Amino acid sequence: MTGGQLAVLAALGAFHGLNPAMGWLFAVARGMQERSRAVLLRSVPPIAAGHLASVAIVAAVVSATESVVAGNVVAIAGGVVLVGFGLWRLLSARHFRWAGMRLSAAQLAGWSFLMSSAHGAGLMLLPVLATTTETAQPAGHAGHLAGAAPAGLSGTPAAALDGLLAAGVHTVAMFAVLALCAVLVYEFVGLSVLCRAWFNVDKLWAAVMVAAGALTIALTA
Amino acid sequence: MTRWTPDPTFYPSPRDAAGAPAEQLAYLAAFDRSAEQPDAIAVVDTDPGSASYGTVVGWTELPHTGDEVHHFGWNACSSALCPTAPHPHVERRYLIVPGLRSSRIYVLDTKDDPRTPVLVKEIPAEELAGKAGYSRPHTVHCGPDGIYVSALGGGSSDGPGGIAVLDHTTFEVRGAWESDRGDQYLAYDFWWHLTRDVLVSSEWGTPSMIEDGLVPELLLGRKYGHRLHFWDLAKRSLVQTVDLGDQYQMTLELRPAHDPRKEYGFLGVVTSVEDLSASVWVWHRGDDGQFAVTKVIDVPAEPADAGALPPALQPFGAVPPLITDIDLSVDDRFLYVSCWGTGELKQFDVSDPFHPVQTGSVRLGGVAGRVAHPSFPDERLAGGPQMVEISRDGRRVYVTNSLYGSWDDQFYPDGVGAWLAKIDVDTENGGMTLDPNFFPHGDEFRGRRVHQVRLQGGDASSDSYCFP
Repeated sequence: MTGGQLAVLAALGAFHGLNPAMGWLFAVARGMQERSRAVLLRSVPPIAAGHLASVAIVAAVVSATESVVAGNVVAIAGGVVLVGFGLWRLLSARHFRWAGMRLSAAQLAGWSFLMSSAHGAGLMLLPVLATTTETAQPAGHAGHLAGAAPAGLSGTPAAALDGLLAAGVHTVAMFAVLALCAVLVYEFVGLSVLCRAWFNVDKLWAAVMVAAGALTIALTA
Repeated sequence: MTRWTPDPTFYPSPRDAAGAPAEQLAYLAAFDRSAEQPDAIAVVDTDPGSASYGTVVGWTELPHTGDEVHHFGWNACSSALCPTAPHPHVERRYLIVPGLRSSRIYVLDTKDDPRTPVLVKEIPAEELAGKAGYSRPHTVHCGPDGIYVSALGGGSSDGPGGIAVLDHTTFEVRGAWESDRGDQYLAYDFWWHLTRDVLVSSEWGTPSMIEDGLVPELLLGRKYGHRLHFWDLAKRSLVQTVDLGDQYQMTLELRPAHDPRKEYGFLGVVTSVEDLSASVWVWHRGDDGQFAVTKVIDVPAEPADAGALPPALQPFGAVPPLITDIDLSVDDRFLYVSCWGTGELKQFDVSDPFHPVQTGSVRLGGVAGRVAHPSFPDERLAGGPQMVEISRDGRRVYVTNSLYGSWDDQFYPDGVGAWLAKIDVDTENGGMTLDPNFFPHGDEFRGRRVHQVRLQGGDASSDSYCFP
């Protein structure tokens, strides 16, 4: 994975962390309910863990599949899925449904997993994951030419690990931004900022998916 | 399509909502008791700077007759900001209007011309019965995951009544809300402590107990509702039931504190069969984790000459206050209590919910009093302050005078009329004054009776908040 790819993964993580729906708002609400910054801070790791699980599943599946099927199949199929999912998110007025706010840490992680999955958080990483092998292949070919290790045959588990690394980098960035937003709003800014500044991230999010999907197809087809 | 920024009428906290701008319009449920003309949503101008202030400026008739529109609510409110399933970019634009008698539910769009709501959907009684197993829809609240509608009757039976959930976007009936209702059978009002995962519901009676009027045998037999139910909002199951004692007949309106850190609320009880008094109670969570319900206000019956009383009350020689609605200001400071029998609206400072202090009183109508509005001193008014609505800033209170068609006829047999009064509030010290320039009444409502008021942009009984 190149430095550029890691940077993109981290940027997407920051983007996810910034979205109030992905968890920082819930962390703030929990802190305010109990008048406790500690409660707020304790809410952040389970939310990040749920997000990580959601993203890691997609990343592992994509990377593992990529290592066993030919060339650009995963990228193109993934791109189509991404465009379709993004369009659906863009056009549908439906929102995530959930009742219940008093959650244990495990339930909070579960909530975050479902919330992230419903928004297709992992799918958004697809262009990066799909292009990982694209850029890795030349190196592989070079290896073959040099008669060195069979890089292309490194196997599915190793490829899946690559995906997990991507999910990890993504989540660390998400965690940092999530925690920062939660603390800033709780300590300094106040929630009235929501009324003015809560840009419709969901629409932007969906548009990013469509664009990323299209880009993936264009780059690999 | 959704908005790019949150709906400006959504507020994270009650504190923010209390700073909301004054409402420009009020929406009223107006129904024809004879069921010959269609019911309507009346729109009243509440902008004091407007030439048409205090008059009916809009009128949307429904396509059927005999609905008896009663309570209604918004498709979305401040609960859209709640963090577990936020959807702040939807719009507060649709009024969800149930017909209490027909069991139809109408959806009206107020966006394009707020003075002329347009009917956009009609949910037939069959859909409510078929998908949720309920009829006689009543209270509407915008919940975090859908629109909750309480219902007094069963779909093809008298009961149990309960709560149906409608889809937020399509308004289709998703189904009954309850997963485990225990022995709950009677239904009426409901509301919640969203951040505590608690839903509270109250009891009136099944359709057969109320639709043809108050049944004296049932009342004296203590058969109307006298319990309060506490549910797990997430699991949708009944957790605890508190019985007030069967002398306390008809546990109706529920007004939880708006502050999400608080876990108490007020309940109005129509009458005690022991002395015809009416009462207000507080529910609160005890140290043992269980809810307890404590009586905090008692309003005694007022003696009256039998000649001034309708036949139903002549044997008692007194007018029961009949607390038929209560409403709590958004800052949780003032509680307004409608005494529909005696024709009085009382204001209490409930800063300490266990020790309310009366801070104001306005008399209008009343079974025996028939008190006139100061601007129309020659018109003896029937009915009394009934449905109360408070502006978000707490400065203005609106009251209408009809309770429920067949019950109006029993207590005001010579006609209940129709009126909407506005009261100005001293929010510093308490105290109420009737606005002399605001009193749409009589023919202005085109022969209909008026029930619930909803204020444009939200009011004290429309929104729930997840942040303190």
